[in-house]
Amino acid sequence: MSEAVGRTFPPVTYAVGREKIREYAVAVGETNPLHLDVGAARAAGFDDVVAPPMFAVVYAAPSIMPALFDPDIGIDFARMVHGGQAFAWGPLVVAGDEVTTECECTDVSERGGLAFFVFETRSDNQRGERVCTGTWTNIVRGA
Amino acid sequence: MREGDALLELTITPDRYVTVRYAGASGDFNPIHIDDEFARSVGLPGRILHGLWTMAQVARAVTESAGDPAALKRLEVQFRGMALPEHEITVTSTVKEVRADGTAVVVAHAEQNGKKIIRGARAEIEGGAGAEPAAS
Repeated sequence: MSEAVGRTFPPVTYAVGREKIREYAVAVGETNPLHLDVGAARAAGFDDVVAPPMFAVVYAAPSIMPALFDPDIGIDFARMVHGGQAFAWGPLVVAGDEVTTECECTDVSERGGLAFFVFETRSDNQRGERVCTGTWTNIVRGA
Repeated sequence: MREGDALLELTITPDRYVTVRYAGASGDFNPIHIDDEFARSVGLPGRILHGLWTMAQVARAVTESAGDPAALKRLEVQFRGMALPEHEITVTSTVKEVRADGTAVVVAHAEQNGKKIIRGARAEIEGGAGAEPAAS
């Protein structure tokens, strides 16, 4: 068992901006006005534009990225590929929310010459609601 | 949605610069996604799409079928192979199971040039049992 397993990284708070949601929504091809149009979002009962579920990538990134690059975890970034990804969502995130994410290395294993590094991110909004749990599986070749 | 129903089939042809926009939007500036020369130097045919961009297309296929982004409660995928800009991607989804609480479990995959680039995708749609699938 690697010493990396169980290691947690400091929580990072991400302030969700309206234009960032729109930029992300456009980049992934979203057409639902809830993600793009403040008026449409308010008419549907939200305070501001709604983040697409996969926006979790954006607010979790400041927590997961330092973990991937941490020398104690020991990932050779040049040989790394993203093997799998899972997200479980709670309440929707809207512009103006502040989302705090903590990251933990939950598993390191080796099979068939590949090393598997699994991280979990836990993201809570400013009301303490769990908006997303992410499971990130990265595979490093030539281990 | 009922067991066996097909969801909206989503097709999208990522344009030449989508990886640049997604890099900016997501903060993932790995050069294999934005620099052709670098990508070729590490044995790729050219810059490749971000896996999480492709996963976002699977998410979009589900939320557009459900008509509500809040309905998507869980999504897991396995990334396979690589995907390229300027080649059409098709996301195909089928309802595998409807649970007693009304949650629909959907299985999906994404294909490009006849190869699966995401396989074994599994989504849970809250209230899916009551949603009309926006089948194509």
